[in-house]
Amino acid sequence: MKDRLMDFDEALERYEPVLGFEVHVELGTRTKMFSAAPNPAHPDHHDAPPNTLVDPLSLGLPGSLPVVNETAIRYSISLGLALGCEIAESSRFARKNYYYPDTPKNYQISQYDEPIAFEGSVEVQLADGTLLDIPIERAHMEEDAGKLTHVGGSTGRIQGASSSLVDYNRAGVPLVEIVTKPIIGAEHAAPEIARAYVAAVRDIVLSLGISEARMERGNLRCDANVSLRPRGQERLGTRTETKNVNSMRSVERAVRYEIQRQAAILADGGTITQETRHWHEDTGTTSPGRPKSDADDYRYFPEPDLLPVQPTRELVEELRAALPEQPGVRKRRLQGEWGFTDLELQDVVNAGLLATIEATVDAGASPASARKWWTGEIARVANERGVDAASLVSPAHVAELQLLVDGGTLTDRLARQALEGVVAGEGSPSEVVEARGLQVVTDESALVAAVDEALAAQPDVLARIRDGKVQAAGAVIGAVMKAMRGQADAARVREIVLERAAQP
Amino acid sequence: MSDLTRLDGAALAGLLRSGEVSSVEATQAHLDRIAAVDGELHAFLHVNAGALDEARRIDERRAAGEPLHELAGAPVAIKDVLCTIGMPSTSGSRILEGWVPPYDATPVARLKAAGLVALGKTNMDEFAMGSSTEHSAYGPTRNPWALDRIPGGSGGGSAAAVAAFEAPFALGSDTGGSIRQPAAVTGSVGVKPTYGGVSRYGAISLASSLDQVGPVSRTVLDSALVHDVIGGHDPHDSTSLDRDWPSFAAAAREGAATGSLAGLRVGVIRELDAEGIAPDVAARFHETVRVIESAGGEVVEVSMPSVEHAVAAYYLILPAEASSNLARFDSVRFGMRVERPGQTVEDVMAATREAGFGPEVKRRIILGTYALSAGYYDAYYGSAQQVRTLVQRDFDAAFAQADVLVSPSAPTTAFRFGEKIDDPLAMYANDVTTIPANLAGIPGMSIPMGLGDDGLPVGLQLLAPLFEDARLYRAGATIEALLAEQWGGILAHQAPTLTEVAR
Amino acid sequence: MSDITREQVEHLGRLARIALTDEEVASLATELSAIVDAIATISEVVGPDVPATSHPVPLANVTRPDVEGETLTLEQALSGAPDHDGERFRVSAILGEEQ
Ligand SMILES: [Mg+2]
Ligand SMILES: [Zn+2]
Repeated sequence: MKDRLMDFDEALERYEPVLGFEVHVELGTRTKMFSAAPNPAHPDHHDAPPNTLVDPLSLGLPGSLPVVNETAIRYSISLGLALGCEIAESSRFARKNYYYPDTPKNYQISQYDEPIAFEGSVEVQLADGTLLDIPIERAHMEEDAGKLTHVGGSTGRIQGASSSLVDYNRAGVPLVEIVTKPIIGAEHAAPEIARAYVAAVRDIVLSLGISEARMERGNLRCDANVSLRPRGQERLGTRTETKNVNSMRSVERAVRYEIQRQAAILADGGTITQETRHWHEDTGTTSPGRPKSDADDYRYFPEPDLLPVQPTRELVEELRAALPEQPGVRKRRLQGEWGFTDLELQDVVNAGLLATIEATVDAGASPASARKWWTGEIARVANERGVDAASLVSPAHVAELQLLVDGGTLTDRLARQALEGVVAGEGSPSEVVEARGLQVVTDESALVAAVDEALAAQPDVLARIRDGKVQAAGAVIGAVMKAMRGQADAARVREIVLERAAQP
Repeated sequence: MSDLTRLDGAALAGLLRSGEVSSVEATQAHLDRIAAVDGELHAFLHVNAGALDEARRIDERRAAGEPLHELAGAPVAIKDVLCTIGMPSTSGSRILEGWVPPYDATPVARLKAAGLVALGKTNMDEFAMGSSTEHSAYGPTRNPWALDRIPGGSGGGSAAAVAAFEAPFALGSDTGGSIRQPAAVTGSVGVKPTYGGVSRYGAISLASSLDQVGPVSRTVLDSALVHDVIGGHDPHDSTSLDRDWPSFAAAAREGAATGSLAGLRVGVIRELDAEGIAPDVAARFHETVRVIESAGGEVVEVSMPSVEHAVAAYYLILPAEASSNLARFDSVRFGMRVERPGQTVEDVMAATREAGFGPEVKRRIILGTYALSAGYYDAYYGSAQQVRTLVQRDFDAAFAQADVLVSPSAPTTAFRFGEKIDDPLAMYANDVTTIPANLAGIPGMSIPMGLGDDGLPVGLQLLAPLFEDARLYRAGATIEALLAEQWGGILAHQAPTLTEVAR
Repeated sequence: MSDITREQVEHLGRLARIALTDEEVASLATELSAIVDAIATISEVVGPDVPATSHPVPLANVTRPDVEGETLTLEQALSGAPDHDGERFRVSAILGEEQ
């Protein structure tokens, strides 16, 4: 059934939105959080066949035991520090007990009362330039669950499925869950703040190099909590938690949608049920999931198979010293190096493309061309497909494209065709150019032949050129470019046309 | 060569080393014994069909002049709680019937590496919950000393197997006494090492903070020999201790040789030498204390007031941890599944666990779920963890006065089948003597100290401070030797000979 | 003091994913009440000053290097499965959603 929505501005007039986010980051360690099985979130192990990255612990086999991954601890501390958090002197793991087929032990090893990091804040900047601090409550370490595939259901969704298949490759992947405090005062900017916050976290994670942070791959997943309260009310309203919103674009849309949906219900005198909701990319709507119930008694208790993690102050300071510069400082530095205007930089930041463009520049593209690609053609294609630009193509490939243009192998138009091929997975830009035969024709004789043919076909034009009406050459150039399927340098063609026309 | 089974493990290993006996002969002798008596005893849930091949390979390696471990070729029985490649590992539960693990528990892997030959898997109370093997899904094991009596539990199978000469060595696991109490009531020796002294990797968890794998045998030296093989740091177990352990076999040999306890301060735990201990058990205990004194031991009385609350704390911590450890038995990746066509996976899981778990397991899972559930955690699990601190403090104080502590291993001799099965609390109270060591993590040992009025074995428990397992082997071997002198041999040889069925 | 009702036992059965029969619910309610009475005493014996002991031997910072170890083969992984499709474990329809 279709939700009734209230106009966004009206909703904001009557109600104050309060936001909260739980962002899960998959760490790109070589092995899993608690066992030496390969980690599918590590580049070497993407797309491994189902249940081939498992050991006894990944399957929760009787007798298997967890042992903490040292690198996952270091990554978690670095992330905690980058989020401006305190690092606990003593931190411990706990068992979160619940039954679900993707959870091999039927408890998740997580952290409860003693998280590794707590009390931080993340600075985000909005389009109008205002800076905002998002308060972080905690960042804790835990393990990911396996993957379910639902069979028989029409949509591949859980509803109506006759059975499900389980792949435990992802079970045990190291996660850091970042939990914000309630975010008050977002007002009209709420959807933009949601996007900007996730973009900021993604930038931090990428700059630390602890995860590929590709949302479409689930490396970075956002649960968005939204509640509304009537203007002037102290008490917070009932919140919904929209799960696993898998692009920054969707986070923004999901928050906007929930505000409009809840406002419509409240305005009718209805009440909001505290529940998890699911975001549907295709329809741009959320649908109700599991209501909170007495089955949510997770019976947390300290994980007896593991011991406390007590980072030495030396380690914490070592990791603090190794942190990349603060996002704000970094932004100002890059703006200086790249010579972007404030507006240009903001576009880049809000699109979550700062690190991507930096990588593209490092790969050899000029800052201006990198920005042009990412905020131009690539952003356009991404928008068409409703995905994030960074998910379409790698910075290295974009830089390669630009080099081919600079080197004269491709015109801008040909480069866009090459990009299309790269996005379609036909290989690197040079491979696509090769395969599709896109390179500019530089063979003079071919060009001369084409020009002569075109001139012969349009004697009147030739006559006018000879009369000195040089601008008439345009018609011929057009014909030649057409004949060359655009794969010619128009300037050079113009020269040849004038040469040949000059000859008796 | 059928009397090969009467030899203790050290002696048998000697014959194997010298080549007088082959591993095939030794293994065959024990397989024959199992075939002859286990129909009646039911100590084994599974007999290893590959045992003779493994034995043959050891003989070949020995013939080829390969240097082998001193126990290579000797047979060993393995408690079904331990994962074994190629042999079912059910932990005595229906829910794991027929499950063959793809990996070996670390203690099993270490026995294999040393060339010991696994005879099979021994019976136990389901998931090690019990003191009698009456809670095994596959039927109880009988006590070789009296077939109408329980062999103790949960490791009654391993204890009965060594007591009935079906194996010289066995592995057990001890969460609240599951090695020591069966050893006591079957007249054998059993050791619970310091927590973390032996890896728990591959031991199907009951209560993670209490479980410890250890040896079972007929002599102190034999347990020490096995402990030397299975012990030591294992990177697969976070709670495994990374330290250099002395040779426990050397300690046992020393102890047996000296015959003296001069200078050893032996503490008698007042609270475990009180009412609740059967008169005949108390009598044997006091006689043994006098033997210790006459051997030069300096006997002092120590008090452990917290013992009174130890059982309660134990029966909160164990069910709580077990309720979580046993959650993985859900019919998805391994084990039993009760099909419920057209129903959800939730229904299938619940139906499988209903059908696959026995009454005692369900009782403890529900109790543990209760103890951890919202609103009860602090009062129950939390307080229990605090009592644990009190128990440790009591032991610290006691060990300031004494080098080792002694008590009866169990309040009574082996009780009759059915005697306590319907009274969980009575069954639980039976563990009062052994539980404190698990709560504190300290090492404990049970050795025979004679027979009760009913002619059934009585066990002496020795306890030492954390990491001082060697002290147990030294003192235990001395006391064992002194008693054997009186008895003209170890107690195990006084066991009635079981009627062997013809094969 | 602690009377455990049948409703409580039924709730605990749901939390523990065990389809208890009515008989079991009844007997467990009685048994648990008795057991809990016998063990509940400990909440009185300790004051807040006593620290909790979660591990018998206090250790900290036990970690492993981030180095790949052995994995199971697909065959080994599926070897104990009640049902699978050759590469994944199969379960019947799921009612609830993930946590
Ligand atoms: Mg969460
Ligand atoms: Zn989480």
